Amino acid sequence: MTLQISSPDTVDKPLRSGTPDRQAYLAALLQQRPLVEKVSPVGLEEVRDRALSLIQEQALPSNHDEDWRFTDLSALYQTAFQRASGSTTLPTPDLEALTWTEASVRLVFVNGVYAPTLSSISACPAGLKVSTLADADPGAIAQLGQQQGMTEVFTALNTVCFEDVAVVEVAQNQIIDTPIHLLFLTTAKDTPSVNYPRSLVIAHNNSSATLIEEYVALAESTYFTNAVTEVWLGQNAQLNHSRIQREAKQAIHIGKTAVSQDRDSRYTLTSLSLGGQMSRHNPVIVPTAEQTDTTLNGLTLAVDQQIADTHSELSFTGSHCTAQQLHKCIVDDRARAVFNGKIFVPKAAQQTNASQLSRNLLLSAKARVDTKPQLEIVADDVKCAHGATVSQLDDDEIFYLQSRGLDRKSAGDLLVEGFAAEIIDQIPMIELRQTLLNAVLSQIR
Amino acid sequence: MIIENSELILSVRNLAAEVDGTPILKGLNLDIKAGEIHAIMGPNGSGKSTFSKVLAGHPVYTVTGGEVLYKGQNLLELEPEDRARSGVFLAFQYPLEIPGVSNLDFLRVAYNSKRQHEGLEELDAFDFDDLVRERLDVVKMDPAFLDRSVNEGFSGGEKKRNEILQMALLAPTLAILDETDSGLDIDALKIVANGVNQLAKPDNATLLITHYQRLLDYIVPDFVHVMAEGRILTTGGKELAQELEARGYDWVREEDMAEVAAR
Repeated sequence: MTLQISSPDTVDKPLRSGTPDRQAYLAALLQQRPLVEKVSPVGLEEVRDRALSLIQEQALPSNHDEDWRFTDLSALYQTAFQRASGSTTLPTPDLEALTWTEASVRLVFVNGVYAPTLSSISACPAGLKVSTLADADPGAIAQLGQQQGMTEVFTALNTVCFEDVAVVEVAQNQIIDTPIHLLFLTTAKDTPSVNYPRSLVIAHNNSSATLIEEYVALAESTYFTNAVTEVWLGQNAQLNHSRIQREAKQAIHIGKTAVSQDRDSRYTLTSLSLGGQMSRHNPVIVPTAEQTDTTLNGLTLAVDQQIADTHSELSFTGSHCTAQQLHKCIVDDRARAVFNGKIFVPKAAQQTNASQLSRNLLLSAKARVDTKPQLEIVADDVKCAHGATVSQLDDDEIFYLQSRGLDRKSAGDLLVEGFAAEIIDQIPMIELRQTLLNAVLSQIR
Repeated sequence: MIIENSELILSVRNLAAEVDGTPILKGLNLDIKAGEIHAIMGPNGSGKSTFSKVLAGHPVYTVTGGEVLYKGQNLLELEPEDRARSGVFLAFQYPLEIPGVSNLDFLRVAYNSKRQHEGLEELDAFDFDDLVRERLDVVKMDPAFLDRSVNEGFSGGEKKRNEILQMALLAPTLAILDETDSGLDIDALKIVANGVNQLAKPDNATLLITHYQRLLDYIVPDFVHVMAEGRILTTGGKELAQELEARGYDWVREEDMAEVAAR
């Protein structure tokens, strides 16, 4: 039954999830896609067309969809986001606090648009190629949008709408010691804006690299980031990937990290979600052959009224693979965190050794976490473990610290710091680790 | 060592305490002077550990009567951290694990909170590093333990040594060791006991809470107290511990009951 209410502000009210207006909302976003490419590398058109037809078969999700059951998207649907136009004029000091001396290779995008003056690619070591759409290798472009997980509607929307792509390519047998920094900045806008950051990382056989992917707001404002990163690991390749989401308090962030691992490759993802009124991260990892190793570390901090959601998927296909996942959430005030970690072990994935642990720390009586570690095992000769804990600060631990001279507050802070540090310490740059630890602590104090 | 006319460090008068409404301590009396080592022995459930936690200020226990003076000051009105800063140290029976906090950072924060209390400048990471490495020797601890998370994955013996390392850094006036010997093999016991002996000075005092006489072969007490049902029943010298080992606790209780009956 539909009730017609003749209130003048009806149209501004949040759309009820499940209403057909989500189609109109999607159409409005699609309408803003770049119809004429600024640069049009070979193959891009096909990539976009494929994604567009995928979208047309789908709807934007609501919390009637199992995958979005705990995460309310009405904050997104009630705001009309306009495509951001790039601005590359940034005061230099701003950038100083956001770049890391250790990561001398840097691609910076402002509101989705490449900012060559802020980037640093001259120090690029041999064997490493970083580029954007304008100078990307056609072979790389052809790999866009090919992975499992690319069919999901927000991801396909990114494929249709992205303005540019950060392309990182590590040549065969090359060990790149310098961390590569992909920095996606958002500036303040008068009207709510939408950005579609896109990254493509290709690590060829036997190569090794370290990647820092960061989303940062330069000012408080309302915007929507819909980010997608695709990672291809060749045989015996190795990637240490840190993904740091430090969006504005009012931002909405939906991100996909799609990873394809060829045999013997090793992939580590350390993912931090700190910002956004509503954020969602979907790592989708597919080891496509045997003997791969996957490490997923996650830390979510949700305070005030934030909703922070992580839905990870790890789908084995071959045998003798290992994986270890540790996801932690710190939830304070009236915030809410969601973790859903699916590990799929099909018949072919014999001898899989996988563990998954979800640990959650609730700092207030109104804080909430929904956690769902999920193992689906078909193979019959595997070692798999999963678990979840939800706890508050432990009185005995606090007393132990007090008995060593720390006051109650400092004791609690140190315990939270320790809880967070277990994940943050996995990030391979000390400067960044310190910045992130301070960012976490300043949020809960 | 017993020193004539030395300062009274701890004076406990008729201390009564309960947990969740159940009385545990029922009129405990104890005086400890500077330089002395006291041992409290007693059967399980006698209130030994409760006494140590009440002294350190564990919030789960409610003091229902009596008083505790520490160097003339009312100890019970101080927060646990203030007790620690003014020199009361409790070595835990079950030291807690704190994942993600490096042992070195933890030790430095603890040490500096005491320095701050004493009006001294905090030691920076480098100076503290030198200090802690020197103190490691007290408990023969591998420096690698400094970089690990506090007590995480430590064996029982390593945890207890870590407690004594903290004690060596904080240099307490009153050290309370709650069953520091339990669960230790003989080698670890010797190391821990040796550490405690090195730290015992004429101007501080040590209170050992133990279940086993064995510890007292390595840390020789000046006084041995027998505790049961929340009180100290009898007090003697180190030979009392041997008698307890040989005869058990029942005779003390019986004598006490006879004494109470005679009154």
